[in-house]
Amino acid sequence: MQSIPILKMGSFLLVSIQVDMDDRTAMSLQDDLTSAIVKHRAKGVLIDISSLDVVDSFIGRMLANTAAMARILDADTVVVGMQPSVAITLVELGLSLKGVRSALNVERGMELLQSIARQNLAEADEADAGHEK
Amino acid sequence: MPVTKSDSISVRSAGEVVGVRHLVRRWAVELGLSLVEQTKIVTAASELARNMIDYGGGGTMTAEALDDGIRKGLRLIFEDHGPGIPDLQAALRDGFTTGGGMGLGLGGAKRLSNEFDVKSAPGEGTRVTIVRWKGAS
Amino acid sequence: MAESQWAVLAGVVREHSDEVAREWVRLQQNDLTLRNNLLRAGELEQQCREFLAALVNALQNGGGADVLRSETWAPVRELLSGISRSRARQGFTPTETAMFVFSLKKPVFDLLRREVNGEQLADISWAATTVLDALGLYTTETYQRGREEIIARQQQELLELSTPVVQLWHGVLALPLIGTLDSARTQVVMESLLQAVVETGSQIAIIDITGVPVVDTLVAQHLLKTVAAARLMGADCIISGIRPQIAQTIVHLGVEINDVITKATLADAFAIALTRIGLHVTRKNNPQQQQRRSETAAE
Repeated sequence: MQSIPILKMGSFLLVSIQVDMDDRTAMSLQDDLTSAIVKHRAKGVLIDISSLDVVDSFIGRMLANTAAMARILDADTVVVGMQPSVAITLVELGLSLKGVRSALNVERGMELLQSIARQNLAEADEADAGHEK
Repeated sequence: MPVTKSDSISVRSAGEVVGVRHLVRRWAVELGLSLVEQTKIVTAASELARNMIDYGGGGTMTAEALDDGIRKGLRLIFEDHGPGIPDLQAALRDGFTTGGGMGLGLGGAKRLSNEFDVKSAPGEGTRVTIVRWKGAS
Repeated sequence: MAESQWAVLAGVVREHSDEVAREWVRLQQNDLTLRNNLLRAGELEQQCREFLAALVNALQNGGGADVLRSETWAPVRELLSGISRSRARQGFTPTETAMFVFSLKKPVFDLLRREVNGEQLADISWAATTVLDALGLYTTETYQRGREEIIARQQQELLELSTPVVQLWHGVLALPLIGTLDSARTQVVMESLLQAVVETGSQIAIIDITGVPVVDTLVAQHLLKTVAAARLMGADCIISGIRPQIAQTIVHLGVEINDVITKATLADAFAIALTRIGLHVTRKNNPQQQQRRSETAAE
């Protein structure tokens, strides 16, 4: 089992999956990410899968579960760098990866997380303004 | 259909699924399958190997390289001596699962392969065969 | 046939191979069906000599009549294969190509009649016929395979040519599809588009089907799979060029196309794409307008 490093970038977390994960590695990553979100009060998680040449239903489930748990912890998840052949296969497999946003690369993924954060902030401000009235 | 190469490996625990993927990838590359074809059969193998471990108590995967001079293909046979699948029709329908997963194993593997065959009955174990041909869609 | 008779055949041909080769080349050049302009005399002579040498070798090494399978005959088969394929590429017909071997019969028979005595003649001639007939048929087969390889390659090139991915702007790709979409073609199309998305880092891909005459369920499903795959990768697709008939077909077929943006024209789709990536098209000011503006500002 390998331990996959999680980097902190501002209020976001970045994970780059470089290896073909076995089940234990995948589950351990899921646990490590949720702990890290809490520990660093992260607003977003960026998962870079550009090195993965296979994503089966187990890994897909792991990604979807991670996004769902992050949501409960008030953080958004963006998966970046999915390879075309993986995307084609996932569509054929029927996996929708619901609740997981995607972006082409880390840069775009960051932009997406930042714009979501800005939007959330704006909505929160509006709600506050409403309450004060 | 002439089998030019054949090999069997035991698939008993979750940790061995990665090994299955690597073996299938190596054989697919050797047969000259395109990247998308490789990914499809590796993913299908991963699904079926996992099924075998989760529901069949583990089993064996046999890989066969097929070549009749005109077509080249890769055949994978997943065989276990587990409890068997009680309702085959339901199992082939997407979303069906007795566990807590996404239930895409059999149906998904079928969609990812050019040929698919499953033989199973309660108490008789399960045998799933898939084939991917080079150059087919 | 006895070992020694193959040896006799081999020996006779080897001893007189120069003569046989010359006669053989002459016959082919005289033959009205041989296109002299396609094959230079020097090339033909070289092919004939090489073939004779390989033939004699195979006969001497005990290849016997097992022309198609024996390892001993492999060099001859390889030679013929090469000649056959090149004739196919050059545009010769299968018959013309097979005549390369069959026209060798006459010189060989003439030679045998002169050099071999009565009793053995019939058997040795039969042996020669068996071998040459099999080799002649072999050229037809490899010719066939040569043509099939050419066709397959041309099909592949046609497929690639007819699926160009165009970059309309930084971050916006367009795939103008023209012609019939079948399963094989759609796979290629899907893969080229997605590959282009990664290579150019484009967020939007416009698939224009103006030039696709028929859209049935299968085509519609393939298109939707492409859109889904692009989305998983982080790009959005817009389908443009939807004609009224296609819209009708899609609705009648009950295909789920709700969460995909569709536009009637490529132009509309491009406009939407630009907005999506945060761009806005404005008109350039003309100098007169600018002069008036600064005068107004000064007042």
